[in-house]
Amino acid sequence: MIKKLTEKITIHSVLIFVSLLSIFPFIWLISTSLKGNSENIFAYPPTIIPTDFTWANYAGVWQKVDFIGYFINSMIVAGGTVILNLILSAMAGYPLARMEFKGKKITFFAILATIMIPFQAIMLPVYLITLKLHLVDSVNNFMGFIGLIMPFAVSAFGIFLMRQAFLGIPKEMEEAAIVDGCNVFQIFTKVLIPMVKPSLAVLAIFTFIGSWGEFLWPSIVLTKETMYTLPVGVNNLQGMFSSNWRFIAAGSILATIPIIIFFLCMQKYFISGENEGAIKG
Amino acid sequence: MFKYYGKYTPYLFLLPAAVVLVIFFFIPFFQTFILSFQDYSNSIYQAQFAGLDNYIKLFKSPIFYKVLVNTFIYLVVAVPILAVIPLFLAILLNQKIRGITLYKILIYLPVIVSIVVAAIAFKWLYADEGILNYIVTAIGFERIGWLTDPHWALYSVIIVTIWKGIGYYMMIYLAALMSVPKELYEACDIDGAGFLRKHLTVTIPHIMPTIALVTTISAISAMKVFAEIYVMTKGGPLNSSKTIVYYIYERAFENLDLGFASAMAVILLIIVLALSLINVIFFEKNRYQI
Repeated sequence: MIKKLTEKITIHSVLIFVSLLSIFPFIWLISTSLKGNSENIFAYPPTIIPTDFTWANYAGVWQKVDFIGYFINSMIVAGGTVILNLILSAMAGYPLARMEFKGKKITFFAILATIMIPFQAIMLPVYLITLKLHLVDSVNNFMGFIGLIMPFAVSAFGIFLMRQAFLGIPKEMEEAAIVDGCNVFQIFTKVLIPMVKPSLAVLAIFTFIGSWGEFLWPSIVLTKETMYTLPVGVNNLQGMFSSNWRFIAAGSILATIPIIIFFLCMQKYFISGENEGAIKG
Repeated sequence: MFKYYGKYTPYLFLLPAAVVLVIFFFIPFFQTFILSFQDYSNSIYQAQFAGLDNYIKLFKSPIFYKVLVNTFIYLVVAVPILAVIPLFLAILLNQKIRGITLYKILIYLPVIVSIVVAAIAFKWLYADEGILNYIVTAIGFERIGWLTDPHWALYSVIIVTIWKGIGYYMMIYLAALMSVPKELYEACDIDGAGFLRKHLTVTIPHIMPTIALVTTISAISAMKVFAEIYVMTKGGPLNSSKTIVYYIYERAFENLDLGFASAMAVILLIIVLALSLINVIFFEKNRYQI
């Protein structure tokens, strides 16, 4: 009994310690963002609870930085990326799971091969191609968004996830639909798609998170500040407020709120452990 | 089942994805090699055939070796830690204890948050008169130039990568641990095996493929780090925290030397392909064993 108890206490202590390490950088950022000008943010010893508590840094940074604009840009890019991924992955996954055709094996391995090609290694030609296709914000905002989205419009991970989902559907479903007089497009949209909704949800959520946090590509292609997504905007805070850490902290926290809300709403998809396939992306 | 679709229907369904993959994956893949044999140093719109010049320049550049060594250190430090600590945490979380969901949410939080915000948060922790240096001086050491001392900068950045990755790999391990038969643990309990013995003899052999997977994913991600370095150090001081992708970015978009940057990108491709192949061999082998 005593042994069981000490074991429990040890486990909880370790987990509490790791949890604290995980959130401490944010807590310290929040703490700094709430300290007024009369409080020294470099004080030794440091204080977590602000003595000169204020919301002024949030108000100040909100006034100078167009967070709503960044947020909308991020929503457009992440939303567009998610929609395209869902459509293209489902469309490509369907024949790979359910149809016989010439070149199926080659197609399969070609898609598989893209997993091994890191974007970072091919980003220079991707950039040149994007320029050539005029998918940049110097043409207009719409083209800029297309350019941010297209290189990530589909992934091998999405295609294989959907293929796997279609493979799990019993063949009788299609047979029944054929008897009912459905053509192949009706079978796809009316019979199969509704049955793979859980996989589509997983794909949507993980694509959203990935796209929302993407930093390298937008920082390469974007030229106009009005087109900045949240990560690019947050990085820009450093330049704008040089060493005003109260503002930088407040801005970083503001920019993080949307994704935290999203995470807490969707947490079962991330931490249930039932989405092994999804996490393996 | 009879064929209910036309001869060209499968291709029609594949077409949209194929167009994207060809334009944004396959063409760039081959073009990377082509670019690496060209000289763009006069203008990015005027390429001249350069033969192996870019590679020669690359192999003669001391920064290239520095960058390779840095990336290698990244790999050697981050990968073992990211293979072991998340496994340990997953084992702790894979039992009936109170507050498990809260622990998972908190430990997973760094994964969700933008790497840019994470890097800024750490930059603040690492500040010269910041909270970490307070702790360091409070226990009697000299202040550390976390991001300003060439001996420390790379490791300070690696810590951010590790901190941000732990929750991700922990969830992969947790999913794998669910597949370990409970009876095996019960047998261990009857035999009186302790914590360490139980997991060394049952858990680890059982989830070996997942350990291999985590090792590969984390190794490949270590090859691709960029944002942490861009936000925190810009590769400095004295190139001490410059890694492959940052170097590619710098040469391409700051020095506009696309040919040289592409030669570096080819090196990155080769390393990542090699790591992936090792995974296929290792992973497949293990899969057939179980």
